[in-house]
Amino acid sequence: MNQSNSRRKRARDTMAAYLYLAPALIILVVFHFFPAFYALYLSLFDTNLFGRWDWVGLGNYAELLHDSDFIRSLANTGKYVLGTVPTGIALALAIAGLLNQRIRGLATYRTAFFLPYVTPVVAISIVWTWIYKEDSAGMLNAVLSWFGIGPQAWLLDPRWAMFALCLMSVWRHLGYNVVIFLAGLQDIPAEYYEAAEIDGASGWAMFSKITWPLLSPTTYFITMISIIGSFQVFTQVYVLWPSALGGPLGTTRVVVKYLYDMAWGSYKFGYASAIGYTLFAIIFVLTLIQRNVAGRRVHYQ
Amino acid sequence: MSKAHKTARMSVVYVLLTVGAVMMLMPFYYMLSTSVKAPEELYVNRLVWFPSKIVWKNYADAWNEEPYFPRYFFNSAFIATVTTALQLLTSALAAYAFSNIDFWGKETIFMILLGTMMIPSQVTLVPNYAIIAKLGWIDTYKALIVPFTASVFGIFMMRQFFQTIPLEMWDAAQIDGCSRFRYLWVVMVPLAKPIFVTSGLFTFIGGWNSFLWPLIVTNSDHLRTIQVGLSRFNQEFGTRPDLLMAASTFAIAPLVVLFFIAQNQFIQGIARTGLKS
Repeated sequence: MNQSNSRRKRARDTMAAYLYLAPALIILVVFHFFPAFYALYLSLFDTNLFGRWDWVGLGNYAELLHDSDFIRSLANTGKYVLGTVPTGIALALAIAGLLNQRIRGLATYRTAFFLPYVTPVVAISIVWTWIYKEDSAGMLNAVLSWFGIGPQAWLLDPRWAMFALCLMSVWRHLGYNVVIFLAGLQDIPAEYYEAAEIDGASGWAMFSKITWPLLSPTTYFITMISIIGSFQVFTQVYVLWPSALGGPLGTTRVVVKYLYDMAWGSYKFGYASAIGYTLFAIIFVLTLIQRNVAGRRVHYQ
Repeated sequence: MSKAHKTARMSVVYVLLTVGAVMMLMPFYYMLSTSVKAPEELYVNRLVWFPSKIVWKNYADAWNEEPYFPRYFFNSAFIATVTTALQLLTSALAAYAFSNIDFWGKETIFMILLGTMMIPSQVTLVPNYAIIAKLGWIDTYKALIVPFTASVFGIFMMRQFFQTIPLEMWDAAQIDGCSRFRYLWVVMVPLAKPIFVTSGLFTFIGGWNSFLWPLIVTNSDHLRTIQVGLSRFNQEFGTRPDLLMAASTFAIAPLVVLFFIAQNQFIQGIARTGLKS
């Protein structure tokens, strides 16, 4: 009797629960869960989504292996990740360290560093287009001229295009990382430093023996999301090089830009899906490696 | 450490921070100063750091040059607001079920939702476009709003908070004849206000800043969002830095204002959960 009562209650609760879940679940299933599988299905076709639906099996993936433009876009993305993630983390850590010592005007400094992060990428990329202007009217060239450095064609010169892309991205994301590092630093008990100081530890010893290990969960988190975020870069490339296929001689054509070009430029939606899945696989594998290699070295208090 | 040593050290800290902060703000100065420059100070082969006269007219010109800017603004504000409101609603409802009801399939569904968070949005770009096309939603507000009215992250954040509200409160409310929905609405939602504000802020910014999705699902001028409109404006007026900087300024301004109003929610939201817009 009692048991069937509780069963009935559970059934009633389950009904109620799904009623509450329904709006979110419907949206998430249709636009997040199902598309993840649909993308895999699409990647097995040569299709423009409307008239043409030719089954090619793993043909798209085989083609990707020999597609030098795709390989190039992967390499460009890799360069972008290497150009933004370590620099971004090192700078953010340095700034957070400077901010974390009873600074007067902390809020003002923090705002200055954080402001770029709240700006829309399109608008700020337009601004940087002009900062990077190739003549002496460009702000970067104007600043460099104070040091006797001649003007460079930051966006048009294949040697500088990737650098320009990375610099702008580091600038925009710095504040986000600073805020997270600052929160991590503030979690380290001050007593540790006081004790170390009494023992006569040097600044470097304190950093390497206290700060760095205790900060490792934060560093790990930032590294992870920076890498994942960097793999998905698109808008900056689209706006900084509106006419070209992603930078001079394709030097900044990153994976997502290539996916976009394949889908909405060439209407090869199956092929674009295969690119998307490959990107997913790469991010997934990186996450696993991170978890198993770097994750093990993370100290949790 | 001696006092003099300490003072010297702190001076270095302040100098470094100030130099850093100035460098971070330079692009904003460039944008604002260029947006009010007269042509004779723009088209010279050097950078004029301090415009000798302020031409406010550039703003009016940028606003009117492209007849649709007011429309773009309206679209972005409308889309971001509706998306935020609906996402908060669906998140609160789902979070309530996860935190307050014991039901069949709870763990499974929760794990599946966790799993979907791993999928980068670029992977689902093509299939979602195909779905939107199938639904006949290409070039409609629906395409810009509906897919974003639920968020796994939003649900998790709210669930996290709802779990801190003791279930005994619900037992007490139940004795008083309170319905589930009324309890959620009258008791839990007001308690979770800080989470609503933080989560809402980031959803709103995400909506305001989104670019790739509106770029692919809309074609008509009147449906363009501010970011897509601005990108188009950039392509059409690529030789007019004054107008481009004025237009960029008004695309950035609402977010900067929002940031200054809710600075603490922003900073704490990120520091606590690593929220990303």
